[in-house]
Amino acid sequence: MTAKTFAQKALERASGETDLQPGQIVDAFPDLYMSHTASWRCIRTLEKMGVEELYDVDRIAMVMDHISPAQTAKTAADHQLCREFAAKMGVKHFFDVNAGIAHIVLMENGLVKPGQLIIGTDSHSTIYGALGAFGTGVGFSEITAAWVTGKLWMKVPQSIRVQVEGGLPAGTYPKDVMLRLIGDLGADGATYCSVEFGGSFTEAMSVSERMTFCNLAMEMGAKNAFVAPDQTTVDYLDAAGARDYEVMLPDPDAEYQRTVTVDGSSLTPQVAVPHTVDNVVGVDEVAGTKVNQVFIGSCANAKYDDLAIAAKVLAGHRVADGVRLIVTPASASVMAKAAADGIVSTLIEAGAMLTNPGCGACAGNGGAMADGEATFSTANRNFQGRMGSYDSKIYLGSPATAAATAIRGSIAHPAEVDG
Amino acid sequence: MTETRTGGAPIVFGDDVNTDVIIPGRYLVSIDPAELGTHAFEPLGPQVQEHLRRSDVVVAGRNFGCGSAREQAASCLTGAGIKAVVAVSFSRVFFRNAINTGLIAVECPDAVAAIGEDSTVWVDPDAGVVEVDGKRFHFAPYPRGIKDILAAGGLIPYLMRRNA
Repeated sequence: MTAKTFAQKALERASGETDLQPGQIVDAFPDLYMSHTASWRCIRTLEKMGVEELYDVDRIAMVMDHISPAQTAKTAADHQLCREFAAKMGVKHFFDVNAGIAHIVLMENGLVKPGQLIIGTDSHSTIYGALGAFGTGVGFSEITAAWVTGKLWMKVPQSIRVQVEGGLPAGTYPKDVMLRLIGDLGADGATYCSVEFGGSFTEAMSVSERMTFCNLAMEMGAKNAFVAPDQTTVDYLDAAGARDYEVMLPDPDAEYQRTVTVDGSSLTPQVAVPHTVDNVVGVDEVAGTKVNQVFIGSCANAKYDDLAIAAKVLAGHRVADGVRLIVTPASASVMAKAAADGIVSTLIEAGAMLTNPGCGACAGNGGAMADGEATFSTANRNFQGRMGSYDSKIYLGSPATAAATAIRGSIAHPAEVDG
Repeated sequence: MTETRTGGAPIVFGDDVNTDVIIPGRYLVSIDPAELGTHAFEPLGPQVQEHLRRSDVVVAGRNFGCGSAREQAASCLTGAGIKAVVAVSFSRVFFRNAINTGLIAVECPDAVAAIGEDSTVWVDPDAGVVEVDGKRFHFAPYPRGIKDILAAGGLIPYLMRRNA
């Protein structure tokens, strides 16, 4: 029997097929169908189909994260439709506008487990690889179809192995590793591929940091991402209340389309400059670039440790005059923990405004920019017009670089403001 | 034999055209293709939008539709009157969304290289042919399952037809 990658094994499990090879198309049965604010589109589509019987309502997870709380009567009606549908159909995994970003909320609640196939109406569903699951994004029609049929067609992907070795210099973080990798491989460097992360640095990372890795893998086109579950994963899953799972690992001699090695010790803080995520430079090349706003948020970098890193840089400092610092915690539990630990007050004392958990400014809701403005953001996309005016700019980097930039009012290396 | 080809005038884009440029997030409160079509490519300005509405085929370089999983990135093009997208390559979610909303999307680098602003472009998904000003370029035809979804006009009509 030939050695297999994680993707081959995960799709064999989800399809019931054996000996799958890259390029084969299978009918796969996901363990979980995540829909965020797009859930109302799935419900309307189901109504159009005239179907009432669902394949397995317990596999549906809905999280009202992209526009929370509602901003208009229309979005309020969309939320209302979802609440009523969830109640009527008995959707157990329904999370309302107070919960936070879908990906983070599902993982915190033990709904993501190793070896599972999870589809979501969000491209950053690759993040579920942080817990050893196969997560991938789909459109809302496919979620509706899965509600009804329980399955979707999937092509078995080629796999790319990314070995991240060594430690990172002070002020440099997993976000910087990923931005450099995206810059080097390009926005389509991993298109249609499963990206498996390994190496000594990856193994030493927390689950939160692994989320940043797997989330950003999407920005080089990955179909899914993966970090091999280990004791760190098991501890997280235990705390989240995840039970009844089987860890799935790639075979040691599995075949990869390519292997990329990253030496962490030589990295510096990185910045993705407008308007593509693979347009990446070292922070020194753009240091001094004026910004009007700093956003610490998104499923990439607004978890507890991200907020802690930002607070550490901001402690004892003030946000520069004329700069708006928006902090949007990834989830309600992140916010509660940050409040209990004094991180929230440190941020507020520095001049930050804290918003409710959710996608917030990353999805263009709250924190919009006027013509000619620039934001430094810890999110995962800097596409033209994503945060307001089509004539505005988004720079992406780590929470530490974001915090330093907020203090300076222009893009700055975290080391510049330390001490 | 029935005529399966579709096409006409092209609008040509470069590499890495992303979903937020195709349809900005602020319009995702709609799922009506016609309404979405009026906002397609809005970040690129009114001239591009007018050109889009005069066009039948979107032509693009590498990684067309990269970014978000928003299905409206495909349906807004249909709403703007686009009948097919021919690209060097697609982001995988855009490709799925195109097929699932009944929009023909084919990867044919040689055809893309031959297409100019004044070309006439025809796409025949069944035959696996893109015709540019009379010159024929071949691409690998879709697998059966994808062909069936496209023939039904998208994933939801396909499922409704099967369940009927």
